[in-house]
Amino acid sequence: MNNVMGIINNNPQGISLKEITAHRSLASTPIAARHRLIDFPLSNMVNSGIKNVGILLESRFRSLLDHIGPGKAWGLDTKKDGLFLLPPAHIYGSSQIYKGDIENLHTNLDYIHRSSQEYVVLAYPFIVCNINYRRAFDYHIKSGADITVIYKDLETMHRDSHYTTIKTDNEERLIDMKVNPDTRRDTRVSLKRYIMKKEILLEIIDNSVATGQWDFEKNGIASRLSHYDVRGFPVHDYIAIIGSVSEYYRRNLEMLQPEIFQDLFEGVGPIYTKHKDEAATKYTTNSRVNNLLAANGCFIDGEVENSVLFRGVKIRQGARVKNSVVMQKSEVKENAVLENVILDKNVRINPGKELRGDPAFPLIIEKNSVI
Amino acid sequence: MSKKEMVAMLLAGGKGTRLGVLTKNIAKPAVPFGAEYRLIDFPLSNCTNSGIDTVGVLTQYEPLVLNSYIGNGSSWDLDRRDGGVTVLPPYLRETGGSWYKGTADAIYQNINYIELYNPEYILVLSGDHIYKMDYSRMLAQHKQWNSEASIAVLEVPWEETHRFGIMNTDEDSRIVEFQEKPEEARSNLASLGIYIFNWPLLRDYLESDARDEDSAHDFGKNIIPAMLKDSRRVFAYTFEGYWKDVGTIKSYWETHMDLLAEDSRGLNLFDRSWVISSVNPNRPPQYVSRTANISHSMINKGTKIRGKVENSVIFFGVDIGEGAVIKDSVIMPNVTIEEGAYINKTIIGQNSVIKDNARIGVGETEEFEITVIGEGEIISNGRIIEHGSVIG
Repeated sequence: MNNVMGIINNNPQGISLKEITAHRSLASTPIAARHRLIDFPLSNMVNSGIKNVGILLESRFRSLLDHIGPGKAWGLDTKKDGLFLLPPAHIYGSSQIYKGDIENLHTNLDYIHRSSQEYVVLAYPFIVCNINYRRAFDYHIKSGADITVIYKDLETMHRDSHYTTIKTDNEERLIDMKVNPDTRRDTRVSLKRYIMKKEILLEIIDNSVATGQWDFEKNGIASRLSHYDVRGFPVHDYIAIIGSVSEYYRRNLEMLQPEIFQDLFEGVGPIYTKHKDEAATKYTTNSRVNNLLAANGCFIDGEVENSVLFRGVKIRQGARVKNSVVMQKSEVKENAVLENVILDKNVRINPGKELRGDPAFPLIIEKNSVI
Repeated sequence: MSKKEMVAMLLAGGKGTRLGVLTKNIAKPAVPFGAEYRLIDFPLSNCTNSGIDTVGVLTQYEPLVLNSYIGNGSSWDLDRRDGGVTVLPPYLRETGGSWYKGTADAIYQNINYIELYNPEYILVLSGDHIYKMDYSRMLAQHKQWNSEASIAVLEVPWEETHRFGIMNTDEDSRIVEFQEKPEEARSNLASLGIYIFNWPLLRDYLESDARDEDSAHDFGKNIIPAMLKDSRRVFAYTFEGYWKDVGTIKSYWETHMDLLAEDSRGLNLFDRSWVISSVNPNRPPQYVSRTANISHSMINKGTKIRGKVENSVIFFGVDIGEGAVIKDSVIMPNVTIEEGAYINKTIIGQNSVIKDNARIGVGETEEFEITVIGEGEIISNGRIIEHGSVIG
């Protein structure tokens, strides 16, 4: 895979996680107790042997930059190749209006040209999975396709999520592709991981810019199926599409299922993240916990059931937390009760407060709130 | 190299004989500690937090794990353009060479390293003590009192003075006498093995000590007494706070039990203003199943808990099966404890496997002795191990 570079495309494609993405990009959204969404595509690339990764920045990227740093956690802090942060185009433009990811790719053409690799894997960060690109890449070479789309045939689809659906013929050649259509007839869903020669990517960028089209997935691939030989490569690994708040909530709690946890964290390769030097989580004699994912630095003096706790969370004596996602440094004080709630970072729930959401519509408490 | 005001020299070559099977394959400073750390994380983090950016680590016994753990020092922000961490094993010179014969000899053999930075002061540290200390405050006192040598001391209970090097001071905290592990101590100020010296002075003493064939080449036995004999300005720096030499199985176990106490007996690992750093083991979050039951314990990331954990410290990568019971124990990295196993007051070394229904640390007694299982041991199904045993 020495001959493959990676590009992480942070185009949110209209996805909003409401308050959760009010201050941060989708890519830096916390997930699975100690991770951010971008950890998954980035680790997948590194685990596949990709040594040159460019990250296309969009907006609200302060937390993303803070998380990624020089790429040390992923072993990308190297002199040759390594990690490249690619600033968005629209901040240079006089109108400062975001046109689409093609514009960002176009602004960073120099980086793409200068990279020595012949092939590109382009991935979006809001689909969480633990896959290795080697097999898909071998298939790409053997099939002689212009573009390979990694996809999964889903058993269940959710109305509120975001899917790029595809239809293939019996030679896995794409005959249809739609980005987030309202009517969903096809259950084959793109993992938004695309493999192609660098020259094809450059051609797509050039053609799109020249015809005033700005969306890589829609204009570069979906509407050009007759022009390019686009093939599908099926995978059977666990995937989590984070397309809405309820899906974000559901997927976090779903990782408590042993087989899903195993697939994501003990499968193809480790998922790397920034190390924060937190002490191990401390449980007191009052703690009562079951079915829990927890990061380090937590202090648990209360009851926690079926929940995900991020770094440095404090659950005080008598507090009860159920079916909830509690982000970094939030504190649930004495005898407070949470059920079906997402607490963003650094929230404080005062003693005795009771907050309940619905399993289908979790209650979200914004970053830094005191309730 | 640019001049540094103070260079730290960290003595990390000790075998840690009294830790027995826990140091069979690793130097004592590399022994895992506190669910997340190795012993050497404490002095290295203290250096960084005290603003010291040049640290020589003197290694000798089983250095492999320790060397790869320290790496380029980036985990403690010691990967510096100028200075940083340097691992210093003994080496051959044109005129010969030898193993480090003692703590003072280890520094003596690395005079050239120290001279690269032309420091005014040298900080000498041990790699195997658990404490959080701001060395910059010790240096401030050293300078303010115009000292030639400063020795950090801690008030210990009188009944324990026989275990320590005891410093007898006058009313100005000037050290007038040193008693090594005295039967009848005249003070209860124990040396912590943390020294600051004026470098040119120490250099002279090291050189004359090196010429003395009868010397043990040890700071406590030779260098400090020689300085006191010459009436050098040697002062005590009183340290207040948690400090433990985890040199024995008993103190190693007790220090972990201290961590579990409500106030951690003063060793607060959650304090973000004095972070103890460690090498990132890259593990997923801890997973606690529906069958788990956890009370009064510290549990690290990368663990899977399906059994009962009570009053124990669980390191990363530990997998505890359903129905297993872990009580009053310290379980080191990557240990697997299978279903139905019972572990009582036991320290289990890295990568060991405890099979189904094994019972460890049991017996007919009121007062259980600590049981130790070494690194990489496999304890077979249903095996019963009497409390106080050492396996490995």
